[in-house]
Amino acid sequence: MKIKNHFGIFQRFYFIEIFKGLMITIRHMLFTKTVTIQYPEERRQYSERYRGMHYIKSVNGVENCTACMLCPTVCPAECIHIEAGERADKEKYPIRFEVDVLRCCFCGMCEEACPKDAIKLSNIYEMAQFKRTVYDKNYLLEQRGGK
Amino acid sequence: MDLSMLLLSDGYFLAIKIVLILGIILQVVPLMVWIERRGSALMQNRLGPNRLGPLGIIQSLADVVKFIFKEDSIPGHVNRFYYLAAPMVAVIPAFMTFAVVPFAGPIVFDGKELVFQIADLDVGILYILAIASLGVYGIILAGWASNSKYALFGSLRSTAQMISYELALASSVAGILLVYSTVNLGEIADLSGYTFNLFGLEIPRWGIFLQPLGFLIFLTSVFAETNRLPFDLPEGESEIVAGYHLEYGSMKFALFFMAEYFNMTTASALLATLYFGGWQLLPGMNLIIENIGMSGSAQEWLRVGFQFASFWIKVAGFMWLFVWVRWTLPRFRYDQLMDVGWKVMLPLALFNFVATAAVIAIWR
Repeated sequence: MKIKNHFGIFQRFYFIEIFKGLMITIRHMLFTKTVTIQYPEERRQYSERYRGMHYIKSVNGVENCTACMLCPTVCPAECIHIEAGERADKEKYPIRFEVDVLRCCFCGMCEEACPKDAIKLSNIYEMAQFKRTVYDKNYLLEQRGGK
Repeated sequence: MDLSMLLLSDGYFLAIKIVLILGIILQVVPLMVWIERRGSALMQNRLGPNRLGPLGIIQSLADVVKFIFKEDSIPGHVNRFYYLAAPMVAVIPAFMTFAVVPFAGPIVFDGKELVFQIADLDVGILYILAIASLGVYGIILAGWASNSKYALFGSLRSTAQMISYELALASSVAGILLVYSTVNLGEIADLSGYTFNLFGLEIPRWGIFLQPLGFLIFLTSVFAETNRLPFDLPEGESEIVAGYHLEYGSMKFALFFMAEYFNMTTASALLATLYFGGWQLLPGMNLIIENIGMSGSAQEWLRVGFQFASFWIKVAGFMWLFVWVRWTLPRFRYDQLMDVGWKVMLPLALFNFVATAAVIAIWR
């Protein structure tokens, strides 16, 4: 353990060292660029791989999802709830598809597990709501912030 | 009677001076808060408040509104009387100290000399030293009355700090008193107008040139006196939360805050008066006054205006130094502060005093 620092006479006369310090702060004040991003007008550029709000990809108005249940199985937060059903043009489709965003940890494992490229995570990161929110199928089917 | 005559009669002129100075030092608080926030932000490569008004200058007004409309709650565990008295005790001396500081040179108007100083006291500096030490009672009272450990620690530190710094402060001022042989601030400012000859150079008799060591000691002690970093131990956010004003909210906290900035203003004014010639014109201003093409009474009033401006420019420079140092230096440790106060500053101040006295005795 270092107990005592040995300073020279000029360092012990504080004022010179303090003056050097003052010069550092004034240099930062006058000549260094600020790093602030002024949020609503200016936005940070996130990478393409950013994991934000979920959406279900659809092709020609038909959702890619076949209700195979791989995503609720793999989901560590257990926030995806799917109820499967059948309809004329599709053998198996999700009647209900809900993501409980309050539980979601945005790990992206649903996206990885999906064989049909149906559930995806977009770039959208402004997800604050006034109420406790569960995204239902209609909400998720809107193709927003796609990659 | 002519209006200007009425306004310059004794009573009215005093009222005008009081209103002017009170107005200025009250305006200094929001302005300094804004400068402090913007300055600190820029030093840390941030932007600081910049949304309200041009460059965010109205931000402090919003802060004031917030302070006024906040719920004024009193914790249950405090001693109500002293708890409520403490902010007043802190802020009143802070208001009072500026009274003896001269802010412009005297002017002869209608055969009468008008002095730009609220109270032309013969005790001058002694008055400021006495009243400024009263300010610490507000802090001590706040700490004791709050009945909280952190607040008590804050006031405890404040007491110890005051004892270790007031001695050095007063001893360094003693050097100035020897040099000018007066305690009247008006006379000191007046005397700094003369020049002395040093190796063929005409140097103004400003305190800094006569007492450079005294200036450094005074400057350091004043930082401790106003509880500003690097000596803000009574507040010590990172150690004792907020120190003495921990239990205070809304306008009562704002009063402590204001007291700190008033003290800063007075300290800057004192630094300017004792060591930088007070209202004496800044170099070059004399030429402007002479060449602007006025004469007689008008020129005299112009001179007063320029003296007023140079006084506040000097004060503003020291105010900026307070802010600048605050965002540069970390806080001193408690024992380091004591060390510097007792083992370095006090001996140096006494040495300065004795050396000044010796030099004066030999020269006379």
